[in-house]
Amino acid sequence: MGRITLEKVTKSFGEVEVIPPLDLTIEDGEFAVFVGPSGCGKSTLLRLIAGLEDTTSGHIRIDGEDATDLPPAKRGLAMVFQSYALYPHMSVRKNIAFPMKMAKVPEDEQNRRIEQAAKALNLTDYLDRRPGQLSGGQRQRVAIGRAIVREPAAFLFDEPLSNLDAALRVGMRLEISELHKRLATTMIYVTHDQVEAMTMADKIVVLRAGNIEQVGSPLELYKTPRNTFVAGFIGSPKMNLFEGAEADKLGAHTAGVRPEHIEVGDPASAYWSGTVGVAEHLGSDTFFHIHETGLADTITVRAPGDVDYKHGDRIGLNPRMDMIHKFDQQGLRIQ
Amino acid sequence: MARAVSTKQKSINTAIAGTLGFLMFFPILWILILSFKTEEDAIRAPLEVLFSSGWTLDSFGAVQARSDYFKHFSNSVIISVGSTVLGLLIAIPAAWSMAFVPSRHTKNILMWMLSTKMLPPVGVLVPIYLIFRDTGLLDSRTGLTIVLTLMNLPIIVWMLYTYFKEIPGEILEAARMDGASLREEVLYVLTPMAIPGMASTMLLNIILAWNEAFWTLNLTAAKAAPLTAFIASYSSPEGLFYAKLSAASIMAIAPILIMGWFSQKQLVRGLTFGAVK
Repeated sequence: MGRITLEKVTKSFGEVEVIPPLDLTIEDGEFAVFVGPSGCGKSTLLRLIAGLEDTTSGHIRIDGEDATDLPPAKRGLAMVFQSYALYPHMSVRKNIAFPMKMAKVPEDEQNRRIEQAAKALNLTDYLDRRPGQLSGGQRQRVAIGRAIVREPAAFLFDEPLSNLDAALRVGMRLEISELHKRLATTMIYVTHDQVEAMTMADKIVVLRAGNIEQVGSPLELYKTPRNTFVAGFIGSPKMNLFEGAEADKLGAHTAGVRPEHIEVGDPASAYWSGTVGVAEHLGSDTFFHIHETGLADTITVRAPGDVDYKHGDRIGLNPRMDMIHKFDQQGLRIQ
Repeated sequence: MARAVSTKQKSINTAIAGTLGFLMFFPILWILILSFKTEEDAIRAPLEVLFSSGWTLDSFGAVQARSDYFKHFSNSVIISVGSTVLGLLIAIPAAWSMAFVPSRHTKNILMWMLSTKMLPPVGVLVPIYLIFRDTGLLDSRTGLTIVLTLMNLPIIVWMLYTYFKEIPGEILEAARMDGASLREEVLYVLTPMAIPGMASTMLLNIILAWNEAFWTLNLTAAKAAPLTAFIASYSSPEGLFYAKLSAASIMAIAPILIMGWFSQKQLVRGLTFGAVK
C-alpha cells in the first residue's frame, strides 16, 4: 500500500517560502510525475515526502498514518537519486543488500531478493563489481535494485535519468514504466522533462514556484490546460500562444494552438499566412518556424512527412478551429 | 588541440628541469656522501672528497657510540605517532560536524584555526616554556606530544574537513533513506569513504611531527629528545663534525623517507583527492 496525502504542506528556507500551502493526494499504485521548470520546488516537495527535509507546517500522511515527523527510514519509502548515490566502496551486491542489512532481514532472504532484483534488472553478471566499474545506465539500475529490495510503500525518483545520454534515457524510461506495471507500487517521479512526464505518468502534477498549476492525466493536461503556463509547458514543440487582435477575434485575451493542429496550405486562401524561417526535418515530420504572421514572433507548425518549403517562402496556415485554446486576462482557460 | 611543443624545446625543458631537480637534491646527496667519509676526508675540497678518498662506515659507528640512536628514534616514533593519533581523535569529530552540520560560524572558525598557523611559533615560546616548566612537562614525551598535537591540529582539521566535504551529501542521504542510523551511517558509509583522506592526513602529520625542530629542540634536553635533537647535537660546542653530522642526519631522516616512499601512492592520492573525478 502506498497512498500519500499532503495536507497544507509548506516549506520555507529562512525567509523564503519555496512551497506555499499545498494539498495533494497520490493514490496507491499510481505513477505520479512532478514536473516543472528548475527551481519550481518539485525536488523540495519530493524531499519533504522522503523526510530528507522537514516541513515548515502541514501534514504528510502515508496510508493514513501521519508521517510528518517520522525520520526517512521509518516512512517505508525508497528513493533513487539523480547522482545514483551508490556506495562507491561496496560491490553491487552489497549496495543492493545495504537497506536489508539495516533492516536486519535474514541472510538467505537477502540473497533471494538480490538474485531476484538482479535478474529483473539484468545485473546478475555485475554483482561483484564496484559502482565505479559500471556504466551510467547500469549504475542507475543498481540504484533501482537497491530501492526494489526494500519492498517499499512507494518509490521516489529524483530526476533519475538526467545524467544519462538520450538513447539510454529512452530505454530506462521504458524499463521504469515496465517496472511500475509489474510491481504496481506507487511511484513519484520528479523531472523537468515534459516528455518523460507525458510518457510515463498516470498523473502529472505541474508545479511553478511551489504552486500546483494543474493535476491531471497526461491527455487531460494536453487537451485542456488550465492556464497559459501549463499550455506552454506540456507538449512538444510548445504550443503557439499569441495575444492581440487575432486573439481578440477568437474571443480570448490569449489564444493558443499546438503546432500539430495547424495545417500548411496556399497563402492566398489560408486563415493566416507567414514567411518560412528555419525548417527542422525529422523524417516523419517537419517543423517549420514561421515568421511575420501577425500573431507572435515565431509560430511553429508541424507538417507530416517531408514537405519542402524554402527559407523565405510565403506559406498559408489553417488552424483547426476546434483545437484552439482560449485564455482570459489572468491566463486562465475560458471554457 | 594539444599544445605543440617541438622536440628541441622538449629536450631543453627536460634539461632545465633535470638541472633544477639535481640542484635541489644535491645537499641531501652530499650529506649522504659525507656520511661515508672520515672526518679528515669530509672537510677536503669537493672533488677530492669524491675521487681521492676512501669510503667508510666509521661515522655511523661513532655516532651510535656517542649518542644512543635508538633512544632518540623511539622518542621520535612516540611523539610523532602519538601527536598524530591524538590530533585525529580530536579533529575527526570537529571536521565531521563542520563539514556535515555547518553553522554560520563554521567558515570563521576554520579561518581562526588556520590563523594560528600564521603566528611564528617563537612568539609563544616563552609562555609555553613557562607553562611546561611549572607543570613539569619540560623534556617529557607527554609534553612534546601535546605541543605537537596542538601545533598540527589546525592542519589536521583543515585536511579532514576538505576530504569530508568531498563526500557527496546524496550518498549520506541515500544511507538515511536505506534505514541507517547515525551510527551506522558513520560506520558503514562515511568512514570507509573517508579512509583515504584520513590515511593521507595521518601520513602527512607523522612526517610533519617527525621533522618538527623548533619545539623539539627548545623543550627537550636529554630524556625526551627525538631525532631532530640528535642531529642538532652534532653541531656542538666541541666543533663541527661534518662526517658525523651527516651520518646522524642520514640516520634521522632514513626512517621517515622510507615510510614516505612506501606510502607515496597513498599520499599523492590523498593530497589530490577530488581534484580529478
